[in-house]
Amino acid sequence: MNHTRRNFLKFMGVAAAGLCAASAGSALAVSGAGSSIKDSATAVNAKRWGMVIDTKKCGTKEAIDVLAKACHSVHNVPNIPGNQNVMWIWAAGYEQAFDQPNNYMDESVEKRQFALLCNHCTNAPCVRVCPTQATYKRPDGIVAMDYHRCIGCRYCMAGCPFGARSFNFMEPRKHLDLTTLNKEFPTRMRGVVEKCNFCVERLAYGKQPACAEASNGAVVFGDLTDANSEVRKLLREHYTIRRKPALGTEPGVYYII
Amino acid sequence: MLEKALKGSPKYYLWVGFLLLVIAGTSGAYVMQLMEGLTITGMSRDVSWGFYIAQFTYLVGLAASGVMIVLPYYFHNYKKFKDLVIFGEFMAIAAVVMCLGFIVVDIGQPQRMLNVVLFPTPNSILFWDMLVLNGYLMLNLLVGWTCLECDRQNLPHPKWSKILAYVSIIWAFSIHTVTAFLYQGLPGRHYWLTAILAARFLASAFCSGPAILLLVIMLTEKVTTFKAEAEGIATLAKIITYAMCINVFFFLLEVFTAFYSSIPGHTHSIVYLFAGYDGHSELVPFMWTAAAFAIISLALLIPPKLRNNVKLLPWSLAILVIATWIDKGLGLLIGGFNPTPFETIAPYWPTGKELLISLMIYGTGALVVTILFKIATEVKQETGASQKPAPVAE
Amino acid sequence: MKLYNGGKIITGLVIFLGVFLAPFAYNMGKAAYSQPKLKMPENEKECIESKEFMRTKHMQLLNDWRDWSLRDGKWVYVNSKGKEFEMSLQKTCMKCHTNKAEFCDKCHNDAAVTPYCWDCHIQPEGLKK
Ligand code: SF4
Ligand code: SF4
Repeated sequence: MNHTRRNFLKFMGVAAAGLCAASAGSALAVSGAGSSIKDSATAVNAKRWGMVIDTKKCGTKEAIDVLAKACHSVHNVPNIPGNQNVMWIWAAGYEQAFDQPNNYMDESVEKRQFALLCNHCTNAPCVRVCPTQATYKRPDGIVAMDYHRCIGCRYCMAGCPFGARSFNFMEPRKHLDLTTLNKEFPTRMRGVVEKCNFCVERLAYGKQPACAEASNGAVVFGDLTDANSEVRKLLREHYTIRRKPALGTEPGVYYII
Repeated sequence: MLEKALKGSPKYYLWVGFLLLVIAGTSGAYVMQLMEGLTITGMSRDVSWGFYIAQFTYLVGLAASGVMIVLPYYFHNYKKFKDLVIFGEFMAIAAVVMCLGFIVVDIGQPQRMLNVVLFPTPNSILFWDMLVLNGYLMLNLLVGWTCLECDRQNLPHPKWSKILAYVSIIWAFSIHTVTAFLYQGLPGRHYWLTAILAARFLASAFCSGPAILLLVIMLTEKVTTFKAEAEGIATLAKIITYAMCINVFFFLLEVFTAFYSSIPGHTHSIVYLFAGYDGHSELVPFMWTAAAFAIISLALLIPPKLRNNVKLLPWSLAILVIATWIDKGLGLLIGGFNPTPFETIAPYWPTGKELLISLMIYGTGALVVTILFKIATEVKQETGASQKPAPVAE
Repeated sequence: MKLYNGGKIITGLVIFLGVFLAPFAYNMGKAAYSQPKLKMPENEKECIESKEFMRTKHMQLLNDWRDWSLRDGKWVYVNSKGKEFEMSLQKTCMKCHTNKAEFCDKCHNDAAVTPYCWDCHIQPEGLKK
């Protein structure tokens, strides 16, 4: 090729166009010619993932700790003592979980513990406030996080009315048993926020969320828009409540009382 | 004009050196935070914003407050403020610098900060706050610097600087409104979820900000040949008084709505702050100090005789500043996060390192104020504007 | 023409040039840069894309993989030859390249880059305290 000015300009033009195209969308920006991407063959999909927790079957601290252990070990969630801790799913009493305390409650409900986790809200305030789209909503209703992008401003923690989010105040690996890590999943780094991810990485390969799997059927996961799904069946047959419905965030986690 | 900051009396050097020492000394704490993370602060899973963001909020108020001088001067042609305008603008610059500093030290991954620009997200108020704060900084730098330069050369101010000054007046309201929107749009944080929060922010900014400015100007008069016009000072004191009345009034509106409606969510934070809740009463003495100081400051500012007493005025202003600082720099954040989403109380108190890092930023702000005010007063001395009757040259 | 403060300016320039050129002087006479020897996978001869592509563009590819899997929910990458791979650093790349120290670090150290991948992702060798 002649190194003429004309060729140079042509090259520049192409490069500029390429740059525009690359930044216009992440459509196969760099990958080799002819490559493409597609869904995993075993993935399970939904229009709106949701969860129903039968608190009669899973309503003690011990039972919920089993779920927490299952979740926290597949996701390498550190066990940090004190108030700078990280939790994806945990147990709390009725008054802490729901903002509609009743006087003279049924003793069994009063003493019951409830599994709390991110609600994957339809109108999620955490998504609304995040300045970098590090927290974002997937089309299937899951509120996901991109830890690579999070700047750790913690606006999402102030925005979440359910206390579902934790910040990595310190190096999380200091509080993990490094010999028993799940090597298929990353840890997090200091300075980012994290929370339950409804096990997106498992759904992509047809697996149920870890807590549901460990719950002996007390936690059921499925598509809320599918009238024949098991979650819908449970919602039809039982009276359920959600956390803080008055705030209009539309939680995707339902509790059978 | 920057060269004026380089030449000064030994006292000036001593002060600048002292500030540099403070900044250098405290930056060690920041290095430690960079290495270990925000775990060195008193913040927790439940109180996830603390002293840093509270100072940020308070200082946005200080930045916006310059408008209480700039607005009468430009919109009402109030000439008595002519020589104060530049100080209002320069104070705003220092305040925004400190605001940005407090944001930087607060975030967990500062090296990724540009993600806010790389992935612009208009639905996030933080994105807008970043825009308006940086815009305000630029406006004040541009207008302040240009006007001072023109003054020095005895030239009329260019027309565009006047237009930008008008813009900056509106802009000043926007910075504090947007900062209030950071808080008041969050569901489930009852202490913040109130339409009057932005108005409260502005009212408290427009009393505390000019009060701080006035205190600094009085100090400036002590150490330079600059002398502000007595009538200008008196007018500013009057403005401060009105703003403080409105500030207290707005707070009482909150109290009425919360307690007459008796809705638990609305009352709990206020009860926690002023009376204690669930066995926790960490902030009670502070909040009552704030309340008492607010009333005392009003008692000292409302009667014209007391307000115009130049000996008393600095004290009244200092009391006012303390009252508003406790309200906004302490109570606002802690009361907003308490009770937590689980109806529990999570006490928070800044750690020593957190305070050192804050001192680093306050030191930087003081340095910026010192340098900018030095330049401004020297130019005024050069042009003979607003000087003490018998200049006692050092 | 007279150069005011000429002495000072020239001294300044000399110092500046000296500092600026120091790295070159320091490296003079040293052997030219040679590419480090990487430990290649034993059972696998072909990577996801060509060697040249991987060498120059693996960082962009990883960025794309991150966004496609995390944000778009697509987990499978079909390369230019039609072969499929799961888009995962830990589950795909590091399954063949089983030694970060002998592979990634080699060039990264030479090029003095410290990508923060490993702050979160777990290297195949596992983590040590
Ligand atoms: S529960 Fe909190 S973190 Fe989860 S989606 Fe709702 S607002 Fe966001
Ligand atoms: S902490 Fe991270 S996820 Fe949360 S709002 Fe900030 S950038 Fe978004």
